[in-house]
Amino acid sequence: MDLAYYPGCTLKTRAKNFETSALAAMSALGINLVELPRWNCCGTVYSLAEDDLIHHVAAVRNLIRVKEQGKNKVVTLCAFCYNTLKRANLVMKDSPDKRYAINIFMDEEPDYYGEVETAHLLQVLRDDVGWEKIAGRVKHPLKDLKIVGYYGCTLLRPQSVAIDSVERPTILQDLLKALGGTAVDFPFATECCGAFQIVNNRDIITERTAAILGSAAKSGAEALAVSCPLCEYNLRQTQSSTKQPQSGVPVMPALYFTQLMALAFGLDLAVCGFEENSPETRAWLKNKGLIS
Amino acid sequence: MAKREERIGVFVCHCGLNIAGTVDVQRVVDEIKRYPGVVHAEHYMYMCSDPGQELMRKAIREKGLTAVVNANCSPSLHERTFRRVCASVGLNPYRCEIANIREQCSWPHTYDKETATKKALAIIKTTVERLRLNMMLTPLVIPLIKRALVIGGGIAGIQAALDIANGGYQVILVEKEASLGGHVMELSATFPTLESPKDFLIPRIDEVMAHPNIRLYLNSEVDAVSGYVGSFNVKIRQKTKIVEEEIGAIVTAPGFDLLPREKLPVYPDDPDIVDGLQFERILSPERLTYGKIKRPSDGRVPQDIVFIQCAGSRDPEHGMPYCSRVCCMYTAKQVLLYRKAVLEGQAYVCYMDIRSDAKGYEEFFQQVMSHDGVLYVRGNVSRAFRDGDKLKIWTVDTLSGKSLEITADMVVLALAMVSRPGTRELARKLNISVNEHGFLTEAHIKLRPVESLTSGIFLAGTAQWPRDIPDTIASASAAASKVLSLFSRKELLHEPTTAHVDEEVCSGCGVCVPVCTYKAISIDENKKVAVVNEALCEGCGSCAATCPSKAMQHRNWSHRQLLAMIDVAGGGYV
Repeated sequence: MDLAYYPGCTLKTRAKNFETSALAAMSALGINLVELPRWNCCGTVYSLAEDDLIHHVAAVRNLIRVKEQGKNKVVTLCAFCYNTLKRANLVMKDSPDKRYAINIFMDEEPDYYGEVETAHLLQVLRDDVGWEKIAGRVKHPLKDLKIVGYYGCTLLRPQSVAIDSVERPTILQDLLKALGGTAVDFPFATECCGAFQIVNNRDIITERTAAILGSAAKSGAEALAVSCPLCEYNLRQTQSSTKQPQSGVPVMPALYFTQLMALAFGLDLAVCGFEENSPETRAWLKNKGLIS
Repeated sequence: MAKREERIGVFVCHCGLNIAGTVDVQRVVDEIKRYPGVVHAEHYMYMCSDPGQELMRKAIREKGLTAVVNANCSPSLHERTFRRVCASVGLNPYRCEIANIREQCSWPHTYDKETATKKALAIIKTTVERLRLNMMLTPLVIPLIKRALVIGGGIAGIQAALDIANGGYQVILVEKEASLGGHVMELSATFPTLESPKDFLIPRIDEVMAHPNIRLYLNSEVDAVSGYVGSFNVKIRQKTKIVEEEIGAIVTAPGFDLLPREKLPVYPDDPDIVDGLQFERILSPERLTYGKIKRPSDGRVPQDIVFIQCAGSRDPEHGMPYCSRVCCMYTAKQVLLYRKAVLEGQAYVCYMDIRSDAKGYEEFFQQVMSHDGVLYVRGNVSRAFRDGDKLKIWTVDTLSGKSLEITADMVVLALAMVSRPGTRELARKLNISVNEHGFLTEAHIKLRPVESLTSGIFLAGTAQWPRDIPDTIASASAAASKVLSLFSRKELLHEPTTAHVDEEVCSGCGVCVPVCTYKAISIDENKKVAVVNEALCEGCGSCAATCPSKAMQHRNWSHRQLLAMIDVAGGGYV
């Protein structure tokens, strides 16, 4: 099965390991993620200003690119791209006035009415593939691996775009269980990591991610499964900047859920790109007997 | 049939400016006076007032009116008034009809006087046409069994049963559980007096058990109900056996439940997160912990405790959009009892607003709020979770705008009050309605608050809406007084404006049977015709509209009348 795939900028720069592992894991499940031949930045952050329609143009343009391919569904990996595209699509679907203004403004493009369904890869795994099929593909179960699913904000908020229960999501844990691992619940699963505050206020990131990592460690987890490159980046940065033992922040790898899939499926480790994760990741995986 | 000569009077009410401010009442009177059959028309400021009624009497007597149109408010308000006026001067009350020119004319057309006036005239003309063919009717007399059924042995059912029994009538009280008292028996104390519910409830239960007029069925449920006001037949299931009773009226008081915890995913399943009723049992001196407040997980005395109000109430996203009305006060009571029992304890209350709107409630709340070791935090809780042997509660103080993390030993959730799962089923058996939340629906929220829309069936207590104990008692006594007033009559009268079958025309096809909400129609298998039980018929007209051969007709809403009304409505106004 072929699915239209929108990568977004980060997956081509700082989160290449997310993309390579996802493409390989999905093709192991018989699904080809076919990258759009032409795409641009999603707009990164969905603008909440009522009259700031220009910020939605980038996202809508991408959705039109999907339609041009004769597809009515597009898959994203990056949680931020998912959020921005999905919300822009809702505007085009449900707000006739804004849709009209945006369509008029983009006079070089065909009119768009929100026809393209925007899905996150986790939804595809749950709804189109199914946990059973995924479990059936597992070669090296992630047994004895206690992992928390860390969702962050953009997969679940606002409720209109949430891929799962806003307050107690289970989709990541369900995937981890299908991969043979032990999914651990923890109260910070949907807390914000601080997001773009990394640019101008690192202290916020340090405080937020320290709390997230601390809570995960207290719950007995050894690693986090993530789906957002920005969460991954922030969690990794904090760990490298607070490695002093007195800080008390546990060192804990944050892995993309697709990396865990590739591991469990027994794929070529090159697709996982573990060298881009935190430096301790490889040692931990070796220690756990998952890589040699 | 020779057409009798009609002498029709039209009385147009101003209703202050409610009608006269929009409808030109003088023009209406002038024009309707010229309408065929109308021999008298006048308008007056308030036709329902004593002088207004006197004007009607005078005109009926002096002009020898044979029929009367009252153009005013909805018939649900004053139809009875004006029909009584007619009867008082010897005119058959069913020769009086209401033309609703307020709710259906002046109110919706406030800004268009011309349209409103024309429409008022059209409404009156159609009513005149209907009236020409109105029959003179007399109410039906139906039998009245002066014995009541009370469903539910909680505090509402107990009150209703005792009120009726003390009025001298027999009561059958059906309770699902093995004992009487319901949720109130689970309470440690009651607000705002801190009186033990056992002090006032146990004597009431004893009174019920010993009352010569009350027959008690414990461990029992209502299995099926048939019949109508005055003579219901009820089948009561007591474990495996079924008992039948004949009764004349029913008080329904099945009570409430708390919202299931799993509806609120932000509160995990944890032994130290309890609901309000569980905490009542912990507070209760004669239960479990003998008055010592201990937390369930390890029996330690909780030094920090968080009470969370509106857990599921006023929260359409997870729970219920309505206010459960009792939680503010019982939480305040629990806080006070906790602080009295745990001298160094700290209580936090997370609240949205405080609702303390009854006698002594605000004073009680103020006393609790200003008690030391009590902190009220205004904001919604976002999450509670376990952290070692403590619980963490994330909330916000909206008065200072700060997010808070409270570390506590125990959490008490004031879960929303909801309708019991069985209430819908019971309502279906009784043929009464429930609202979207499963609460029993009253006939009119202001004017008929304890009546269902099925006559002879009354509502009491928290199955109707969240209520505290005083309100529950008041509603139960009100329902009992409705039963007593019903039983105080010699005989029962029923509106004669029911459906009836022309047996010559009816083919017994039976399409009218399922459309009847009141289950008033059956098919006589021998004669192959439909039969209307007029005591059950509420005159809604569904069967008459459905009947393909027009064999089913509604008295004083016949097809001929409707066609005559349509004729004149089309000609004059549209």
